[in-house]
Amino acid sequence: MPSLKDLKNRIESVKSTRKITKAMQMVAAAKLRRAQEAAEQSRPYTERFNAVMAGLAASVGGSDSAPKLLSGTGSDKVQLLIVMTSERGLCGGFNSNIAKLARSHAQKLLAEGKEVKILTVGKKGRDQLKRDFGSLYIDHVDLTEVKRVGYADAQGIAKDVLARFDAGEFDVATLFYSKFVNVVSQIPTAQQIIPATFEEEEGSEPSTLFDYEPSEEAILADLLPRGVATQIFAGLLENGASEQGARMSAMDNATRNAGEMIDKLTIEFNRSRQAVITNELIEIISGAEAL
Amino acid sequence: MADTTQFDLVSPERRLASAAVTAVQIPGADGDMTAMAGHAPTITTLRPGVLSTEGPDGTSEYVVTGGFAEITAAGVTVLAERAMPKAEVTADDMAALIKEAEEALAHAKETFVNEPGPVDDAAKLLADMVAVGDHIRI
Repeated sequence: MPSLKDLKNRIESVKSTRKITKAMQMVAAAKLRRAQEAAEQSRPYTERFNAVMAGLAASVGGSDSAPKLLSGTGSDKVQLLIVMTSERGLCGGFNSNIAKLARSHAQKLLAEGKEVKILTVGKKGRDQLKRDFGSLYIDHVDLTEVKRVGYADAQGIAKDVLARFDAGEFDVATLFYSKFVNVVSQIPTAQQIIPATFEEEEGSEPSTLFDYEPSEEAILADLLPRGVATQIFAGLLENGASEQGARMSAMDNATRNAGEMIDKLTIEFNRSRQAVITNELIEIISGAEAL
Repeated sequence: MADTTQFDLVSPERRLASAAVTAVQIPGADGDMTAMAGHAPTITTLRPGVLSTEGPDGTSEYVVTGGFAEITAAGVTVLAERAMPKAEVTADDMAALIKEAEEALAHAKETFVNEPGPVDDAAKLLADMVAVGDHIRI
C-alpha cells in the first residue's frame, strides 16, 4: 500500500497532466477553427477546377493524343504512395489510421507483384511506415517549419512528384490523407491523382460547348500539372483540419480520464489517512489501558 | 444600365472577389479579351498580367500570374494560381515573383539544353512578369 506522501505526489502529478491536456485541447480548438476556415476558403477553387477538368477530360480523354497525366502510361507496374500525416503526435489515432490504410494498400500491391515506392509528407507517418517498408522509401517532405500550409508548399511537392513521373519513375500515384468530416470523425482516404480521375458529379448539367483558347489539348496540358498541385493542396488542408480535430478529441478524453483518476486517487488518499488516524487512536487507547 | 454578369475570382487559398460586373478584361494566353454578359462560352489560360473589371460598383484591378478563366452563360470564373488586388501589390512582391521566374528560366536552361520549347516558355513567363512589374510601378 502506497504511503500518504506517495499518494499526494501522484495526485499532484496527475493534476498537472490534466492542466497540460486541457491547454492542448484549447490550442487545438483554436487551430482547428483556422484550419477549417482555410479548407473552406480553398473549396470554391477546387470545385470549379475539378468541374472544368472533368469537362475537358471527357472531351479529350478518348483520343490517343491525350496527355500521359490523364491517360496513364499504359501500365500500373510501379505504384507511388504519397502518405500525408502530421508533424506532431498526441492526436489520437490520426496518424495510425492513415498509416494503417497506406500499409494495407502497400501490402496488397506487393502481393499482386507490383513495385511500390513511398513518399511521405509529415514525419509521424514516416516513422510508422519505416519499420515495414524502409527499403521502399524514395523521399520525405518535411513541413515542420511550416506554420501555415500555403499553396506554394503543395506546389513544391507537386513539382517533385511530376518530375519523377516525367522521368518514368512510377506509373500510378495515390494520395493518402485524412478527410475531415467533423471533430470526432476523420476518414483516412486514398485518392488516385496520377493518372487523374474525376468523380462524376451527380445531376450536373449537360456540358456547354466551349471555345478553347489556345486549344483544348494545350489547356489540358497546362492544367493537369496544376490539378496535381490542387489535389495535394486540398489534401494538405483536409489533413490539417483533421489533425487538429483528432487532437482536440484525444485531449478532451485525456482531460476527462485525468479527472477520473484524480477522484479515484483522492478517495484512496482519504481512506488511507483515515486508516492512519484510526490506527493511532487504537495505539493510544490500548497504551492507556495497559497502564 | 448595361447587363451584368457574375464574376468570381478565386485562388487556391481564398476567394478574392465575387460580384456582378458589366465587363471583365482578361489577360488571356493568346491575347487580352474582354468578356461581357452574353459572351460565347470560352475557356482560356491566363498569362501573367492585370485583370480588370468594370461594374456598377466601379472598377477594380487584380494582378494574376497564371491559371485559367471560364466564361459561361452564368458568369465569368477566373481561377488564378496567385492573385492579388493591384493596390496591394508592392514592388517587393513583384521582385520576388520575378526572381522565381528567373530561377525557373535558369532551371529550364540547365535541364533542356538543346530543346527550345520549355526554355522559350520560361523566358516568356519571365518577360511577362517583368512587363507586369513595370506596369505596376508606373
